[in-house]
Amino acid sequence: MGMTITEKILAAHAGLDRVEAGTIVNARVDVAMGNDATAPLAIAAFREAGARKVFDRRRLVLVCDHFTPNKDIQAATNCKIMRDFAREQQIPRFYEGGEAGICHVLLPEAGLVVSGDLVVGADSHTCTYGALGAFATGVGSTDLAAVMMTGELWFRVPETVKVVLRGRPGPWVSGKDVILALIGAIGVEGANYRALEFTGEAVAHLTMADRFTVANMVVEAGAKNGVFPPDETTREYVYARGDRDPVFYESDPDASYADVLEMDVSALEPQVAFPHLPSNVRPVGRVGSIKIDQVYIGSCTNGRIEDLRTAARLLRGRKAAPGVRLIVAPATPEVYRTALAEGLLEVFLDAGAVISPPTCGPCLGGHMGILAAGEKALATTNRNFVGRMGHPKSEVYLANPAVAAATAVLGRIAHPDELKGVHRL
Amino acid sequence: MIIKGRVWKFGDNINTDLIIPARYLSSTDPGFLAAHVMEDADPTFASRVAPGDIIVGGKDFGSGSSREHAPIALRAAGIACVVAKGFARIFYRNAFNMGLPIFVSPDLFDLVEEGDVIEVDAAAGRILIPSKPAAEVAVAPIPPFMRDLLAAGGLIPYLTKGVGR
Repeated sequence: MGMTITEKILAAHAGLDRVEAGTIVNARVDVAMGNDATAPLAIAAFREAGARKVFDRRRLVLVCDHFTPNKDIQAATNCKIMRDFAREQQIPRFYEGGEAGICHVLLPEAGLVVSGDLVVGADSHTCTYGALGAFATGVGSTDLAAVMMTGELWFRVPETVKVVLRGRPGPWVSGKDVILALIGAIGVEGANYRALEFTGEAVAHLTMADRFTVANMVVEAGAKNGVFPPDETTREYVYARGDRDPVFYESDPDASYADVLEMDVSALEPQVAFPHLPSNVRPVGRVGSIKIDQVYIGSCTNGRIEDLRTAARLLRGRKAAPGVRLIVAPATPEVYRTALAEGLLEVFLDAGAVISPPTCGPCLGGHMGILAAGEKALATTNRNFVGRMGHPKSEVYLANPAVAAATAVLGRIAHPDELKGVHRL
Repeated sequence: MIIKGRVWKFGDNINTDLIIPARYLSSTDPGFLAAHVMEDADPTFASRVAPGDIIVGGKDFGSGSSREHAPIALRAAGIACVVAKGFARIFYRNAFNMGLPIFVSPDLFDLVEEGDVIEVDAAAGRILIPSKPAAEVAVAPIPPFMRDLLAAGGLIPYLTKGVGR
């Protein structure tokens, strides 16, 4: 019996010839990551355990992105704890201030994760890196502390579900719509404890940005990790950035899958997830008339340059509707700089947008765009739980950047094609 | 290990944003987090919960973020254990890593009412409801490795005691 990509990466890092779903292995970690919401707890646990030195100062990445620029004294204290620890341990990859971006966009962009890696991060959206053909999963701060001490961690080898993507996505349909449709189909615990492996001819039509978005949200279906078999698109991306040699794993033809799901992406419309679950999905044509108070374009799901380009294409020469607050947050300094060079920031400013520094803030109701009771936001983010972006009586709708741009202009949730009748200024 | 306590019931999809909203995450102080535990699910919960109480949840308890502030807040509020129809994986890991006992039982939810006292007998794999002698519910056994983690008091003591090395 062959193995899946996920099994192969876990076996290789556990020093075993083969592993099977359900067994618990102890595996070597290539890259470990913590942010300002989770690293301070890990550092406290590390010290409490009497540990002195991190397992490898070059393989621990610390990013201040959640409550930065520091929203209050406590947030500033947390970043100081990380900064002091980074100095003490001589950790070169400590990101704050003008170097910091949203970790899950920053790490791949900086080449810190390559194909074949085993990555853990004390953040649930660490699964994003699976887009590169890596095994990546979110853990808690205590797990991160254990890795900081030993360079290893325990894993239950997950069963893999193969997701075969057929066809070719139509206009305005992106990775966001593929993953929202999948979560809508299988539910928020439809892949609990499992790996989701994305294959099929449609994958060739998905950009790296699309794949990051898909892998980012597998946790919204409960999955442990999501993985895309590396192809030319992956190789090009990794070789342009990575400073380590990638390993390109493929699943064996006789690998064992817990389930096989098929989805024809050519039939997909842009999707909208209604409050308060990411699985509460409808095609944008069937949402009815929903007035929106705030549109947020950004996050580890959709704050990449490709996302900003899509939004800018629709917003160019147009304005956000009166009463709509439009917030755009480039995910990293590199995305910000590219958006500036391409003239996208001017498009957003002309449209009446607030341009935010790179931060996770608005997505998790941390700061920089909080909702009041009764307000509705449409966001390109990944979660629409009760109170996610502010008051427990506010509402969040999730969609792709094109739907977000159209929604900002029309003041209600809208299909991008509805802008055809709205003339540019 | 027998855990006896009063039941608080919550439904399906109690995610980590409900257990402890992100607006409080810049703090790691257990007392502060406990004062806001479950706030967006039941704003009165934190003031009414007592040490030794048990939370009984529905499907996918603890879904969402990896924040350990969630199990920290529950433990600091005095929650003795959580019994749910199912748990999201990161919360499941975090609970064992931190020594918070959690149990999977698909059947308990529909048999208990809020305020009932239950007895979780992990070794025997059952839950008793003394006020309903007929109702005895099976609880999924904790996998051996996870039992070792709990016995050590969590992952870090497990590692530093050298049990796992």
